[in-house]
Order: sequence, then structure tokens, then C-alpha cells
Amino acid sequence: MIVSLTVILLAQLAGEVAARAAGLPVPGPVIGMALLLVFLVLRDRARPVSNRWLPPPLVDGGLEDASKGLLAHLSIMFVPAGVGIVGKLDVLASHGLALALVLVLSVTLTLTATVLTFVAVSRLMDRR
Amino acid sequence: MNGDFALWVYLTHTPLLWLTVTLLAYAVADRLFQAAGRHPAANPVIHSIWMIGLLLTLTGTPYPAYFQGAQFVHFLLGPATVALAVPLYERRATVTRALLPMLAALLVGCVTAMASALAFATLAGIPYEVMLAMAPKSVTTGVAMGIVEALGGDPTLAAVLVMLTGMAGAVIVTPLMRLLRVEDMRARGFAAGLAAHGLGTARAFQVSEVAGTFAGIAMGLNAFLTAILVPVAVSFLR
Repeated sequence: MIVSLTVILLAQLAGEVAARAAGLPVPGPVIGMALLLVFLVLRDRARPVSNRWLPPPLVDGGLEDASKGLLAHLSIMFVPAGVGIVGKLDVLASHGLALALVLVLSVTLTLTATVLTFVAVSRLMDRR
Repeated sequence: MNGDFALWVYLTHTPLLWLTVTLLAYAVADRLFQAAGRHPAANPVIHSIWMIGLLLTLTGTPYPAYFQGAQFVHFLLGPATVALAVPLYERRATVTRALLPMLAALLVGCVTAMASALAFATLAGIPYEVMLAMAPKSVTTGVAMGIVEALGGDPTLAAVLVMLTGMAGAVIVTPLMRLLRVEDMRARGFAAGLAAHGLGTARAFQVSEVAGTFAGIAMGLNAFLTAILVPVAVSFLR
């Protein structure tokens, strides 16, 4: 658990450093995700060597369990930031219902356009 | 009375109280969500937010005091984003096979998210400054705030609009997909992550791991593309 969390935090830290140093528009944790992905690929490419040299949690599924454990609770992590909007409801009230309507319409349209494009292209590919 | 007050003062100065309240509210909301047969309108995030919000208003607690305790939960968002690499790696074969549909959906979805928000906002007569904060509403909070700030807009308003978009998306996605008769979990997840960032991804993980994996990818890709395209889209408005 400790080793797995350390690797995850190290990836995030490296991601934050890279994002800030290079002034990238991508958040640090997203770069951290890419770094962890690279780690997993390299680990499995060099299997016998990594089994021998890496701490056991990183090769026996411990890292995977820790990651999935975090993701299983992804929802609750949005609560603190979400509570922040309660204090800013006055900003929204001044723009009224129109704002809410625009958001709902736009998100519905976005979901529809995205999912239909995905399905259409994937059907086109299957037909070939 | 004086003793009670002293206790209250003590509690409000430790992170313990509001951390406990956050977990408790979520536990209650999640219990209700399960009892409601995991109905999207019973989304535990939304219901814990208003419960805590109400409590803060009633006790006159400022948000920074609340956040002192809640920050421990908030902090985990970063590591959880990094952890998305694991399901992505485990399903790499499925993901690589869907590369073309993903890229097409990313392009169409990203443009639709921005263009529809700006078009509807123009129709509704929403002022330019608010519209600016609305353009990147489908991407994760940190990125949206950065984009809006760079364009001279209000980043706080952007954060609020992002959260509201995420909540709306998380509630709408399942009924909408049923209505459209889309059963492909890859497509459903991808749409949820693209249109409703992390909240859509969290919702996708509640439905299936495949959907969650694709939602995570969509969230990351859309943050990147939106950061590039919003300044272009906004330049059309002037």
C-alpha cells in the first residue's frame, strides 16, 4: 500500500513539475497518468528483471489494487469542490435561469454528438 | 451554554469536524442512491453537496473553514487521476482498437461543447464576460480556470460553471443513452468523460469499468484540445 501510493504520488509530483516547467496547458495529474502508464509498460516489458528488483507490491498487483481502490471512490472526491459553489449561488442567481438552461442544453448536445460520432465511426470500421 | 460554545469553537478549528461531516454526508447520500436503485437523479455527489451546503449556511461556517477539513478528500483527486493509468493499461487492447472512433468523437465533441455553449449563450443574451467563463465548461476545473484566466475572464465563475456542467452531465447521461439506444459502453463512457469531465467519469465508473476507462481518456484528451481551441473560438466572438 505505502509503496504503491508512493509511486502514484511520485508520478503526480513529476507531472506537476513537468507541467509547470514546460508551461503546458495539461494538468499535472494527467501527465502523471501518462507517466504511470509508461511505468506499467516498461515494467511488463522487462518482466523477469522487474520481478527481481522492484518492491513486491509493484509487481504482484498491489499497485493495481491501490489504484482501483482510489478510483472506486472517485465520486466523493468532488464533494469539497462542489460545496464551494453553494457560496457562489448569488453569481448564478444574477444571470438567472437562462444560464442553467444553456448549460443543460449544451451538455445534452455534447453527449449526443460525441456518442453518435463514436458509434458511427466504430460501425464503419467494423464493416471493413 | 458557554461550555457548548467553547466546544464548538474548538471543533471548528480542527479539520476533524468537517472531514467527518463530508464523509458522513456522502455515506448517507450513497445509501439513498443504493436504496433508489442507483437512479441517476439520486447522484450521491449532488445530494451530499446540498446537504453540506445547507449545514454550512445554517451554522454560518465560511467555506475556507469547511475546506480545512475537506481538503484531505479533495487532495485525493490528483492521485485518483494518476490511478486512471491502471484500467487504461489493463484495457490497452480495447483502447487501441477504438483509437479512430475516439479521435473522431473527441474532435466533434470538443467543438460541439464550445460552439453550443457560445451559441446558446448568445441567443439567451448572456453577457460576454460570463460567456467567456462558459466556453471551457466541459473540461476539468483546474484547466478551465487556467484557460479563462488567460483570456481575462473570471476563473471562479468558470469553476462554478464547470461543476454545474459536470453535475448536469452525470445526471443526464444514463437516461439520454437509453433514449438514443446506445449500448456500447466505450462510447457511453467516452461521451460522459468528454462532456462532463471528472463527474462524468465518476458516474461512468459507477456503471462499468469499461465506461470509466474511456471516460478517463476522454477527460484527459478534451482538456488538452479545449485548451488549444477555446482561444480560437473566443476570437470569433469579438
